[in-house]
Formats: sequence, C-alpha cells, structure tokens
Amino acid sequence: MSVDQDAVRRIAHLARIAVTDAEVPHLQDEINAILAFVEELSAVDVSGVEPMTSVIPMRLPMREDVVTDGEIEPAILANAPFAEDGFFVVPKVIE
Amino acid sequence: MEPDLTDLTSLTLAEGRDALRSRRVSSVELTEAHLRAMERAKGLNAYVATTPERALEMARSSDARLATGAAGPLEGLPIGVKDLYATKGVHTQACSHILDGFKPPYESTVTEHLWRDGAVMLGKLNMDEFAMGSSNETSCYGPVASPWLPPNWSVEKARAALAGDKRGLLTPGGSSGGSAAAVAARLCMAATASDTGGSIRQPAAFTGIAGIKPTYGRCSRYGMVAFASSLDQAGPLARTVRDCAIMLRSMAGADRKDSTCADAAVPDYEAAVGASVKGLTIGIPREYRLEGMNAEIEALWRRGADWLSAAGAKIVDVSLPNTRHALPAYYIVAPAEASSNLARYDGVRYGLRESGADIVELYEKTRAKGFGAEVRRRLMIGTYVLSAGYYDAYYVRAQKIRTLIKRDFEAVFADGVDAILTPATPSAAFGIGEKGSADPVEMYLNDVFTVTVNMAGLPGLVAPAGLSAEGLPLGLQVIGRPFDEETLFTLGAAIEEARGPMDLPQAWWA
Repeated sequence: MSVDQDAVRRIAHLARIAVTDAEVPHLQDEINAILAFVEELSAVDVSGVEPMTSVIPMRLPMREDVVTDGEIEPAILANAPFAEDGFFVVPKVIE
Repeated sequence: MEPDLTDLTSLTLAEGRDALRSRRVSSVELTEAHLRAMERAKGLNAYVATTPERALEMARSSDARLATGAAGPLEGLPIGVKDLYATKGVHTQACSHILDGFKPPYESTVTEHLWRDGAVMLGKLNMDEFAMGSSNETSCYGPVASPWLPPNWSVEKARAALAGDKRGLLTPGGSSGGSAAAVAARLCMAATASDTGGSIRQPAAFTGIAGIKPTYGRCSRYGMVAFASSLDQAGPLARTVRDCAIMLRSMAGADRKDSTCADAAVPDYEAAVGASVKGLTIGIPREYRLEGMNAEIEALWRRGADWLSAAGAKIVDVSLPNTRHALPAYYIVAPAEASSNLARYDGVRYGLRESGADIVELYEKTRAKGFGAEVRRRLMIGTYVLSAGYYDAYYVRAQKIRTLIKRDFEAVFADGVDAILTPATPSAAFGIGEKGSADPVEMYLNDVFTVTVNMAGLPGLVAPAGLSAEGLPLGLQVIGRPFDEETLFTLGAAIEEARGPMDLPQAWWA
C-alpha cells in the first residue's frame, strides 16, 4: 500500500494542515516508509478476533444528570487568541 | 550509607523525606539547592519553564507543616513536572509552538495529588512535542543533553557541544527526556512523566534511573495533554525504585473527571520495596530475543534472570507469539488516536493563531506553522488510516491485533507467571542528531521492547541494571499483571540490590 501525491494533498486537507507543493514529495516518501513498515500486518490471521475497545475491563461509570460545573466564561476565554463579548472570534464561517 | 547533607541534591527522594521529617534539613534549603543546580545546568535544556518563586513559597508552607507534624507523604520535596501536565497558571505546551502562551486555568489531577501531598514544584520539563518521539529531539525548545558523557568525550568537548547545537551529546531518550535528564542530573528529586509507547521506560534505561508506567487506568489522565487516549499513562521517573513507589502512591487514584481511570484503592507501594522475590515465577519471552540483538543487552538480560533466580524466583521460558506485530500496530493506533486528539489545535480557543481568509485557511495555516515535522507526519498517517476506505484495513485490523497481543499476556499470566523480564531498549543512549533524519522508522525501532506493554494496558517498570562496556547505563524491564505494580516494585528493587551501587555522572556541564 502506498500513496501518490494527490493522496498526500487529500490527507493534508483532511488533517487541516497546509502543505506546499515543495513539501509534498518528501511527505509522500515519509508516509510510504511508514506504510511499508506496517504492511506486514495485512498477513496476520485476525479471523474471529474482536477489535480492542476497552484496554482494561471496565464499565463506563455513571453519575446523576445534574449540573456540577459551568459559569466560568472568563477562564474559558482566558487563552483565546481573539475573544470579544464572551465569544471566540474567527473569520466568517458561513457564506 | 548515610546521606550527605552537605550535598542536598545527592539525596534520594526517600532520604530527602526522612531528612525533612527529622528536621535535619528544611524544605527551603532543599529547594534552594535544587534551584541553584538548575541554574548551573541550564545548558542541558531539561527545563522549559522554571517556577522559583512559587517553589520557595511552597517550600515555606511545607516547612510550616513539617514543624507542626502535619506533613503529607511528599511534604517539602522538590519535583519537576513534564510539560504536558496542566499546571494552573503555568506554562503548559507539551513543548509545541501550537500552544504558545497557553497557561491552563485548571490543574491536572496527577499534579493536584502531588501538591495535595505537599510536594514543591520546580518547573516544567522538556519533552518530545506532544510526546511523539524517543529522543526529545522533536521538542520545539530544542533537544535535551543527557548528563551522561558520550564515550571518550572530554569535558571540554562536551561543554563546547552544549553551548552549540548539542550534536553528538547523548540523548536522554524520549518523550520524557527532560524529566529523565533532570532526575539523573539531580535537578529535581523526582519527576512526573508519561508513557504511550515507552516514554518513561526508555529514558529511564538511557539515563540510569528508574521509571514505571503503571496499568492503564491506574492514574487519571485528566489535565494531561492527550496523545493517544487508549495508550497514554502517567508515571514517575526517579533515581531509585523506592522513590518511584513513593511518587506513584501520590500520583495514582480514582478520578471522576476521567472515565477511564479505575476506581481501585491505591496500595502502599513502598511496602513492596524490599519484599522477597521467593516463589515468584518470572517469564522470559522468547520472541523478545531479536535477530542480531546487541550482545551486551542479551547478556544483561540473562544476568538479570540469574539475579532473580539467586534471590529465589523461578525462571521459565514463555511465548508471546504476536510480539513482532506490536510495533507496526502501535504505529497505526497511536497516530490514529493522535489525529483525533490533536484536531482541537485549530487556532480558535488557545495557542497559536495564523490569520486566514476563511476559517479553513486559519486552521490549515495555524496547524502547519504550529506543529513540528514528526507531529505532522503522525497526524497524516493517523488521518489516512482512519479515512474512508482504509479504516477497516488499517485501524480496525490493528485493534484486532491489539486483542491478540493482550491475549498472549493473559495466557502467560494464567499459566502462573507473575511477571515477565525483558530488556528495556535495543541499545544504550545514542547521540543527538544520530537517528531518524533519513528514515522515520529508524527512531520508532527504539520502542520495540516497550510498546507491547502499552498495547496490552499492563504495568511496566524499568530498573537501572548496569553499564555497557562503554560506560553507558542499561536498564531491564519487568512487565506485570494488571494493577500488580507491587510485584514490579519488589522485582525492580531486587534488581537494584543485585546490581550493587551505580553512580550517576558528576556535573561536567558547569
């Protein structure tokens, strides 16, 4: 399994990381090196095996559905690059 | 041997605790000694942020409590904190530019436990960016120099390299490189660290100190910058196994804010240090004997088995057939989970923001600028293996292989084996700049003995077991049953005992 340059650009877009044209070939090589490394797994017999969903056997803990937190707007906005009137401000999202 | 109270940073955590409790030394004295040592060792680049005023304030409070006898288990002891733990109001960036300026308005549960128990915070420790690395070379703050000198280097040569780009000096391992270097160089009495694929255990082996990655769920992950949520676990690095036991007791425990944190009582781990290994059955897994294995490492492994046998343990051969699939499967699962966890770094709510004409451009430019090359590489692999058309072939398959890996261990434990003894690393520490530039996979091979443990969720401890022919530290790993860290502390202490005295390097850096 290997990726071509179009795939690299597609993956970068999915990951929301800008890549320049100059960077694409090197990234392609790196990704293909890792894919080559993991290739041997395709030969392993996993028939009838469940994927691991819980690392240690554990039930999801439950609690009462009551509000126990909140009203901490200043703390939430404290690290914002751009905040105004209690909102995070970003470029227009919807046309 | 009596601890040398004229050289306060040479004390172990346990010795420091005893000296404080008996009032032979004050926390302020102990803290000041470490702050001075940190200042002299700036060149090592172990700390990325120091908190001297806060440390002295905490030390004074500790001294007041020690005077009234209201001392907590870690009262007055100066500790370093890996940069991925949220420390309220203090630099927390997981050594990434994408979190530039971030100061959390909350505290991680693990560090909250340390302060609750009276510890003193010296500062935040260097690490590979987002915990992705095995040498601390991916940090946005630059590499950490190990306090161990490269073989045959003069002090002059080392100091010159330290003042320059550090090339050729030894790495302390990673991702908890800053934590390991600080402990080994006596810049803190112990440090918090974390382990996703070996990031506590490999640096411990490389720097001649002890470290434990406890069972998944033993410690809370609340407030830890997440890398791979099903693999990450908090743990201590310290100069002795006993010190690690003391630290883990404070770090561990149930937490309602982390639903993967087990609601299990925390035993007195220190009590297990010095217990007898008589009657314990130790498994030696044949699949860990790699082809072309470093002869010194193999010899040390055999020596470790002989030590435990001489102390009364039974040594048996065991098989963990799916061992060789663990590393490739890890390099699917961990990047996949990372791609999900690191999606939150988008320039909107915290950290770096690059401007963009629209929201997507803002995301793409921020992330391109803020993430280093290794992080970008892993995020792209992770995104790929989770994408439509590839999810089953890669991620689901890797998760199935994970089940097989865990089953291998369960079968061995069910057969009566109490713990498994393996090497910790395929080699001693290597030089900064030596690995990984041509082939990313070269660096990944460092994790070959450690990732299986994270994949299976088991506890793993590394104890410093000796020196290579070139005088560099080598460690041995013991892997245990879920929540049986006590047996690992017992075995680790037995290894230390059998090994005999092993000195850490004296300061050449200033």
